Amino acid sequence: MHDFLFGTYPYIALSVLLIGSIARYDRDPFTWKTSSSQLLRRRQLIVGSVLFHVGVLVIFFGHLIGLLTPIAVFDALGISHGAKQLLAVIAGGVAGVMALIGGGMLFHRRWTDPRIRATSSFADIAILALLLAQLVLGIGTIFVSLQHLDGHEMTKFMTWAQMIFTFQAGAADQIADAALVFKLHLFLGLTIFLIFPFTRLAHVLSGFFAPVRYLFLRPGYQLVRSRRQRSLADRRGAYDAKQGRRGPASTAAE
Amino acid sequence: MRVRAQIGKVLNLDKCIGCHTCSVTCKNVWTSRDGVEYAWFNNVETKPGTGYPTDWENQKRWNGGWVRSASGKLQPKQGAKWRILANIFANPAMPEIDDYYEPFDFDYDHLKSAPDMTAFPTARPRSKITGERMEKIEKGPNWEEILGGEFAKRSQDYNFENVQKQIYGEYENTFMMYLPRLCEHCLNPTCSASCPSGAIYKREEDGIVLIDQEKCRGWRMCISGCPYKKVYYNWDTGKSEKCTFCYPRIESGQPTVCSETCVGRIRYLGVILYDADKIQAAASAERETDLYGAQLDVFLDPNDPEVIAAARRDGVPEDWIEAAKVSPVWKMAMDWKVAFPLHPEYRTLPMVWYIPPLSPIQNAAQAGQIAMSDQMPDVRSLRIPVKYLANMLTAGDEEPIVHALERMSAMRLYMRALSVDGVRDEGIAARVGMSGRMIEDMYKIMAIADYEDRFAIPTAHREQNETGADIRGGCGFTDGNGCSSGSSGKTTLFGGKKKTFALPQETF
Repeated sequence: MHDFLFGTYPYIALSVLLIGSIARYDRDPFTWKTSSSQLLRRRQLIVGSVLFHVGVLVIFFGHLIGLLTPIAVFDALGISHGAKQLLAVIAGGVAGVMALIGGGMLFHRRWTDPRIRATSSFADIAILALLLAQLVLGIGTIFVSLQHLDGHEMTKFMTWAQMIFTFQAGAADQIADAALVFKLHLFLGLTIFLIFPFTRLAHVLSGFFAPVRYLFLRPGYQLVRSRRQRSLADRRGAYDAKQGRRGPASTAAE
Repeated sequence: MRVRAQIGKVLNLDKCIGCHTCSVTCKNVWTSRDGVEYAWFNNVETKPGTGYPTDWENQKRWNGGWVRSASGKLQPKQGAKWRILANIFANPAMPEIDDYYEPFDFDYDHLKSAPDMTAFPTARPRSKITGERMEKIEKGPNWEEILGGEFAKRSQDYNFENVQKQIYGEYENTFMMYLPRLCEHCLNPTCSASCPSGAIYKREEDGIVLIDQEKCRGWRMCISGCPYKKVYYNWDTGKSEKCTFCYPRIESGQPTVCSETCVGRIRYLGVILYDADKIQAAASAERETDLYGAQLDVFLDPNDPEVIAAARRDGVPEDWIEAAKVSPVWKMAMDWKVAFPLHPEYRTLPMVWYIPPLSPIQNAAQAGQIAMSDQMPDVRSLRIPVKYLANMLTAGDEEPIVHALERMSAMRLYMRALSVDGVRDEGIAARVGMSGRMIEDMYKIMAIADYEDRFAIPTAHREQNETGADIRGGCGFTDGNGCSSGSSGKTTLFGGKKKTFALPQETF
């Protein structure tokens, strides 16, 4: 069971995340959205949403960098495992509490505000509940981590994650003796990956890509679409060639 | 010079009777769906008033439109790109639905299903969002109809700036006018500039500004970006929606629904050729009062042989050039100078223009005489203050408004002389810088307003835009994946070959 949950399930979850997201983007882009409810109720959203999103983003990138950077890199930089763990505990703890407060406000608003409640789907409420549970579990792991500050426990999770991403057998064995709260946190995290493409979470991907396009790929502000099959340069070229044959006098006469 | 064509629009406020037929037909066609009950792509508001959504003209509050920096650079008033992205989690300048109104319906069924009662059954309101009882309706899409509500509230109207407004609260001095509003299909739209997803675009062929429903992600920046508050968030689909200028109708040469059904015949549609290379400079004009003139400079004279040659070179179809020559919009905006853009100070270069209304002469009956200037009624003594109209249409510059009102009253005098006395009084025409022929043409188009004179709409050239083989077996207009057969066999993802559509190219 342990092998399945932490050796096989990660691949199931990540595959569904990847293929599901591509399929949804390709097949049904109309449903790809943030599902913002700001129009219906502004109260609690401004503070709640900013706290939640900033907190979650810090946590996300913290996990991404913390788990997937090879341990050798930290060793080369002279950062001890204990120091890295302390950094993770402090940064993650602060961001986690921010996200939990913000998420709590959003959940309270979604559950109690009649307008938001009436327009929420089951998935809208469920995903927020799952994320809150994951935040609670994540903060819960801090208390376990504080029992052993040498960073030894943490390196096990790094090895596990890196073995998963490099397709090495026996990844699950690395964390066989981890505390239950860690295992629950990992399992719930993988489950959130699994359901990602089927919920509003899909907007996270747009949140990463849209700013890149907006800031760097769109020159200026305006966007004009042409449905004409020939570009402006082509049309001008064709016209000039025609004028060249007939001579420009024909336009002046008209 | 880069010549593009747009179907422009003019609304003659002098003839608007405030019947709301435009709003109702528009709603029936476009927004009679869940999520946009509150949205009116076209609405008619009574002015002076704070409008719909309430206080929409107050850009200090909503941050719509553009600002020009001291160095002459334009950026959206809600901030440059990075600033807009920083507000992506919660948009501080976005109105709440209560700034429009909470959509409602009535319990009509109760009228027939109520049990035997001593009191007559009533149909009470119910929220369309929550389905719950609403004890009191606090707001609607036309809450200030015909000067509804107290003057203290209505006079929050932004157009009263620099007007001594107290006296207009008195019964004897009160005035009103109607202002039908729709998307302005701007040359320099802030909605599209604010969209991080790049979902909002202007069409090169006809200038219509649309939202790609499959690309919109619901970041909501367009809603605060648009200074006219004419982009609406559909709370059901989570996408933004706006006036489409009835593009399926326009493409087939028909007027928009609001124009087609306009009872007062106040709406005009016609081609305007414009120089896309001049847009940025025009929108960056230094003084706000220069913006109206700067926009006139962007428009190109369809009778100028050089313009015609450039238009042909850039691929503007021949019938579009011909339509531009007879465009009523061109005549009103450029030949007669009686039409003006709505709030040019937003720097969006709007393309739905307005003819200011004439109004009764102030205190005429009381004074027993009419203020005359040079044998014509002095338009500055009209009941609607010129400054008020100028704040609305020319960023506060009164001269162009006075000029237009004078021409309109000259038209009345001239036509009165012609039809009552049978005299063509060229003197009247000359006083406003026109000829009798021009005035008679103006009368024909603005007063008689035959269908053919109001609308000069060339059809879209589909042969330039799409290959017939591509759209064979297509399914027309649907939301989302409505065309899906349910089988993935024909898409790239799950094998097979995808049809090669000629996708629209993005030009910047």
